[in-house]
Amino acid sequence: MDLLDTFFNWPVFRDALPLLLQGLWTTILLGAVSILLGFVGGLLLALVRLYGAAWLRTVARIYIDVFRSIPLLVLLVLVYYALPFVGIRLTSFAAATAALSLVSCAYTAEIIRAGIEAIPKGQFEAADAIGLGFFSSMRDVVLPQALRIVVPPLTSNCINVLKDTALASVVAMPDLLKQATQAQALAANPTPLIGAAVLYLLLLLPLVRLVGFFEARHRAATR
Amino acid sequence: MLPHVKAHTMTALIQIRGLCKFYGNFQALHHIDLDVSTGEVVVVIGPSGSGKSTLIRCINLLENYQSGEVLVDGEKVVRGKSLAKVRAEVGMVFQSFNLFPHLTALANVALGPLRVRHMPKREAEDRALALLEKVGLAQHAHKLPGQLSGGQQQRVAIARALAMEPKVLLFDEPTSSLDPEMVGEVLDVMQNLARTGVTMVIVTHEMGFARRVADRVIFMEAGRLIEQAPPAEFFSAPREQRTQAFLQAILQH
Repeated sequence: MDLLDTFFNWPVFRDALPLLLQGLWTTILLGAVSILLGFVGGLLLALVRLYGAAWLRTVARIYIDVFRSIPLLVLLVLVYYALPFVGIRLTSFAAATAALSLVSCAYTAEIIRAGIEAIPKGQFEAADAIGLGFFSSMRDVVLPQALRIVVPPLTSNCINVLKDTALASVVAMPDLLKQATQAQALAANPTPLIGAAVLYLLLLLPLVRLVGFFEARHRAATR
Repeated sequence: MLPHVKAHTMTALIQIRGLCKFYGNFQALHHIDLDVSTGEVVVVIGPSGSGKSTLIRCINLLENYQSGEVLVDGEKVVRGKSLAKVRAEVGMVFQSFNLFPHLTALANVALGPLRVRHMPKREAEDRALALLEKVGLAQHAHKLPGQLSGGQQQRVAIARALAMEPKVLLFDEPTSSLDPEMVGEVLDVMQNLARTGVTMVIVTHEMGFARRVADRVIFMEAGRLIEQAPPAEFFSAPREQRTQAFLQAILQH
């Protein structure tokens, strides 16, 4: 009975629920915006990395390496606590979005690059032979095929970004984890933490399952 | 007809001058000179590795080369802004079809006119359908390449090349990766094109086709242009010993 009262206390959970749902919404918003920015940036970065002028390719490679190496938490703290010293004061949402999408860009770029490199040379040649320009070759021929190939790793990256949103709680972002810890302090009971964990699972388990489904479909298609 | 006017209009559609191509230290093409006139059907034959595919891939600069030059309709084919424009005038059909697998047959054919000629969608699709009709595939217009046989895919690829209304069509071993029973349908389409006066340069191993359709047959070996002649003469009385040996080897059966 004690265990139930401590970890699965219904009245505590009921009181904390509105706060948790607010937090969940913030988490989803933060994740979605970061994923979107990360995708657009990552796509551009992949194209620059593959087809840019020599010096641009180098810049892109350095960017990708740096942002895949730096711990997200460190980057987040830098953006939120260090940038104000040079006069850049971001809200916690902007800081978290910036840190998450900067890193997601780097991973997305590598994923998309791998997808483009998997397209047979003949596809590029056929596009060239028709006289398609670079932009049209990419939009009409290469990217539709390349992106289809990398749907599973891109989805995996989305999962990572959504999970990493929890780090935003250290910059006072009222996300799901932050709301849960506050509710826990208020009620002097850990039930809201359990509730948050369950909400995270409800959000992410379907996505994890989706990746599994994509991969199975891909295996079946290439057999 | 005024002789000087004639001389001017007789300028070859494709002019290849002193073309040399190296893969590392290996020389794949040795100072190739070749002219192709408007309306002419040139068939290039030779053993594998003789440089025939490399040669026609140099015409639209799918292969880089080290020296020499290629002119298409008087315009030099070089890297840069003009390249896509020249390529649009040079249709190409590949050994492995290279259709866009995510697009229907119709969309494959319509893509060039749509994006390169900026034709309205309706018009591009009407033209694509007419071309698919011409290669006998109108009823397959809405299928993906994966749902078509090899012969059908190659016919779509020919329609795709034709959709740009190119000045010349290049064929790089168009039947070499087809099952034997599908070779005929592709060659038939090509033969019909030749009859309608389309300029074509064809790399192939189909000797019967070369004999029937070519205006001129070219024999290449080890990166050199060994001999060229009209097919009747080429097949019945080859001058060069290497041509004789090659023909003997393949025509034995």
